[in-house]
Amino acid sequence: MENDYVLSMEGISKQFPGVRALSNVKLNARKGTVHALMGENGAGKSTLMKCLIGIYTPDSGTITFKGEKLNITNTHYALSKGISMIHQELSPIPQMTVAENIYLGREPTTWYGLVDMRKMNRMASELLARLQIKIKPTAKMHELSIANIQLAEIAKAVSYNSDLIIMDEPTSAITEAEVEGLFTIIRSLKAQGCAIIYISHKMDEIFKITDEVTVFRDGQYMGTDATTDLTDTILIEKMVGRTLTDMFHKEMTDMGSVFLDVQNLSGKGFRNVSFQVKRGEILGVAGLMGAGRTELIEAVFGVTRSRGGAISINGKAIKINSPADAIRGGMALLTEDRKLTGLYLNASVRENMFIANINSYMLGPFIHFKKIEKDCERMRGLMRIKTPSLMEIIRNLSGGNQQKVLISRWLLTEPDLLILDEPTRGIDVGAKSEIYRLMTEFVRSGKAIIMISSELPEVLGMSDRIMVMHEGDKVGELSRGEATQEKILQMATGMSLTA
Amino acid sequence: MEKTGTITADKAEKRQRMSHHISGVFNKYGIFLIFAVMIVVASFLSPAFLRPINVINIVRQMSIVGLIALGVTGIIVSAGIDLSSGSVVGLTAVVAASLAQSPDNSAAFYPGLHLPLVAPVVAACLVGALVGLINGSLVAKARIPPFIATLGTYTAIRGAANLYTSGRPISDLTDEYDFIGQGDVFGFPVPILILGVMAGVTHILYAHTKFGKYIYAIGGNEQAARVSGINASRYKLLIYVYASFLAGLAGLVVSSRIGSGQPGLGVGYELDAIAAAVIGGTSLSAGGIGTVAGTIVGALIIGVLNNTLDLMNVSAFWQQIVKGCIIVGAVIIDQLKNRGGK
Repeated sequence: MENDYVLSMEGISKQFPGVRALSNVKLNARKGTVHALMGENGAGKSTLMKCLIGIYTPDSGTITFKGEKLNITNTHYALSKGISMIHQELSPIPQMTVAENIYLGREPTTWYGLVDMRKMNRMASELLARLQIKIKPTAKMHELSIANIQLAEIAKAVSYNSDLIIMDEPTSAITEAEVEGLFTIIRSLKAQGCAIIYISHKMDEIFKITDEVTVFRDGQYMGTDATTDLTDTILIEKMVGRTLTDMFHKEMTDMGSVFLDVQNLSGKGFRNVSFQVKRGEILGVAGLMGAGRTELIEAVFGVTRSRGGAISINGKAIKINSPADAIRGGMALLTEDRKLTGLYLNASVRENMFIANINSYMLGPFIHFKKIEKDCERMRGLMRIKTPSLMEIIRNLSGGNQQKVLISRWLLTEPDLLILDEPTRGIDVGAKSEIYRLMTEFVRSGKAIIMISSELPEVLGMSDRIMVMHEGDKVGELSRGEATQEKILQMATGMSLTA
Repeated sequence: MEKTGTITADKAEKRQRMSHHISGVFNKYGIFLIFAVMIVVASFLSPAFLRPINVINIVRQMSIVGLIALGVTGIIVSAGIDLSSGSVVGLTAVVAASLAQSPDNSAAFYPGLHLPLVAPVVAACLVGALVGLINGSLVAKARIPPFIATLGTYTAIRGAANLYTSGRPISDLTDEYDFIGQGDVFGFPVPILILGVMAGVTHILYAHTKFGKYIYAIGGNEQAARVSGINASRYKLLIYVYASFLAGLAGLVVSSRIGSGQPGLGVGYELDAIAAAVIGGTSLSAGGIGTVAGTIVGALIIGVLNNTLDLMNVSAFWQQIVKGCIIVGAVIIDQLKNRGGK
């Protein structure tokens, strides 16, 4: 049996100050298969992978790779042994080109020792063509969209010709169409005998592409099964340790009057868009990357300038020139990229929570910390935020809990309209379900939500109405009843509905 | 379906790239345009400006700070900083001078010592590199913030220079030694030739070798560089060694130019060098940005500015004020560029 495994990690433990991240876990992956590693955020998946790639050194346990016992102490060593990784949430080097990023650390050189840029660009362009990724190798990384950056990272991991590729949330930023492209790449890697460890929170991907699933919970090994022996209910139960009966907690609420009315708004990345949101309603906004969804919402919120058009709130025309105007009008925006535009990573949970609402905590020139403490404690309970204390630095929280803190921030401002841009990206199932529950509770009290999401199950599960965008245009609206995954995709890719 | 997805992404990207392109032209060539405008304006303000002797003078004056700035550029590109280079100039100046005194000088530092010219040259470079090794070890191995580490060596190395000579200058240097700072080859002052050669070498080092690529990668995103298998601390250490080696070379040139090794030489040069790099487009706010050509132009801009103000009889005090404004102006441009890039 042993020989069957290309990778065998046994008895791995890793302790961080105050946390036992991994206790005696194992992971065995077979040659030419895709092995899913599942678990909620904080279950220890990324920690184990970092042990494998040499970013962390495990406290105990053995790693056997291709029959050889390895003591992996740095990334360079792991790469040289044939283990490469697509890192989640790891931005590349922005000022360098795609080719330079791909071949970073192993640049081809000329016979007199200088880096051979021409050869490097040619290698990159052949690699990208082989993977059917349409990116110019000479483009600077910071000029690319998030989706293309992720595709470039995938190309980089593949380029090592490794025997094992770790893919940590490789699809978190790419669209359904590009996921298909990735799966084609994965299938051909499999055929070449490469083993893949696949980490994702997206259930449909797990069932579509993986052969085996190993589940971790709270740093413990919960078991390994063939994917065909599992259903998503069983899998989720293994991960969270309880049954999640209804993922989406969707309730039909009574719609009230129109809260936000946007007419013929244009701006950078979108044209002539009109839509309404009613009180008690969740409006889903679907579309591919680059469809102009985020741009539209940022213009409505006053982050960027809009041209023409009219916005009214509660039937009254309003001019929105800055986010402050939007907040005064009763809106709140949860941005797409938590790290970039949301979190103060080195500040405490409490600071992150009250910062947008500081004006209501002033006693003359002083901050009323008692009141803040009370409100934040209330939010912590309501949102079920897992943190040792409110004074914990937010960097140390898991992604799901960070997101909950950000939602708390905006709930404290008591908005009438909550705009959520990719609210569950990179968050585990348990936390996702909690966020859906909160959304339902929020609209039940007569408030409105606009949710931009690239995850179709979430759009379909939560929205009362779905607006679809394509290349900056609104191509249509679907009611909850008539919306299906196929219809949305057809509209989002610009195909006619009759097709 | 697959196809459409890629096309959509392509279009959005193209739009983005267009706006990048427009700001990109200024980003890329802005500093050269400003330099060209300055030369035109200066030649109108003072007819003496474009006379060959004046031009050579400007370049000779900036050659010392220019040498230092070449290395400082690499350090700032790696997201570091070096405050010690001025002190390195002082130390290497006295060490080199002490090995280059006339053998018949009875009051020499090492009486009766007569070494070939190569000895003080190698000594200056080695002492410089050694200080760089200390800086680099503090930054890359002991993980002390570069500002603090080099603030420490800035102070300590100046002390070492004073200690070496007991605070006295070392004069009466050999003619060959003086040639380095004062001589001409085919009408070109030697310091300019040294700067030219080192600028070429440094350009190749930064732009065309693995070492250079890694410095940019580390400055752009150190973690990403590490997981690509790059030994980041090794290359960080090496860039400090190289920069201090260049500062050592500058110490050699400056002591030869004034014919005397003085422990107080080079005071404030570290800031002039940083200013040259920053004016030349090296970004202090984001690592991974900066070029040799930009830095040379940055140093020339400071040189032209000083020279023009000199020719116009503007007082040295006003010159300092103008220089300060230029530095801040350069950083403002840098930030505008970064905003455009986001």
